Amino acid sequence: MTMSLSVKNKDTVRAFWAKLSPKAADIGADALCRMLVVYPQTKTYFSHWKDLSPGSAPVMMHGAVIMQGVTDAVAKIDNLTDGLDQLSQLHAFTLRVDPANFKVLSHNLMVVMANQFPKDFSPEVHVAMDKFLALVALALSEKYR
Amino acid sequence: MVKWTDSERSTIQSIFSKIDKDVVGPAAISRCLIVYPWTQRYFGSFGNLYNAAAITSNPKVAAHGKVIVEALEKAVQNMDNIKAAYAELSVLHSEKLQVDPGNFKLLADCLTIVIAAQLGNDFTPDVQATFQKFMNVVVSSLEKQYY
Repeated sequence: MTMSLSVKNKDTVRAFWAKLSPKAADIGADALCRMLVVYPQTKTYFSHWKDLSPGSAPVMMHGAVIMQGVTDAVAKIDNLTDGLDQLSQLHAFTLRVDPANFKVLSHNLMVVMANQFPKDFSPEVHVAMDKFLALVALALSEKYR
Repeated sequence: MVKWTDSERSTIQSIFSKIDKDVVGPAAISRCLIVYPWTQRYFGSFGNLYNAAAITSNPKVAAHGKVIVEALEKAVQNMDNIKAAYAELSVLHSEKLQVDPGNFKLLADCLTIVIAAQLGNDFTPDVQATFQKFMNVVVSSLEKQYY
């Protein structure tokens, strides 16, 4: 779904991201942990980790890494395809993550956002974030084939 | 046959006893209509769905949200055979309402997000996993009679 972001969508995403920034690493870790627990097929990408349990060091660290990537995407919101070129190459050629999983992680990111910011994650923020994360996923898939 | 552990049964019971049903149902269906606006195609008779504010304050949307949660409670009461409990509902959605079953997942995702917002710390990853399993069975049961 390549529905592009309106000016209002971009402002909404940036404003909400500023609000969650102090807790970004925790949010990433929580989302990753939920993805591994609720959608166990995603564990197949992390067979090299000793410990996949909630709160484990690899999950905490990787959650923070993921959020750094998404924070970067927020900064490059006006041109995600070019901005995420290197990350796309990484996902396409090295990690080879089935792009269907981007939707799964996006859903879990939004579950955490709703869980930790129940008053701020309004329907308007939800739709803007859903569109944004879908476009990030699309940009990450650019180099796949 | 879907197998439920005792822990999963009590988790589902607990979720449905904790949530404010009059809030969750309307909030979930409103969110679905706002976040996935093409779903509005099924609610032509509901009047003003023009923007988020209109949808959120629309009394027909709110009433329908409550209908949905009541149906979910029926599934909670019939956890060992949701497929049978939902047979008529499935026929209704397929033959009369003609809802694309892909939409069931969209509503399920919105429900998850609304419940995550309501339950806070109680909505742990394990609770989320059990709720996801429950919604997967509900969605699958609703799709069962489509042909």
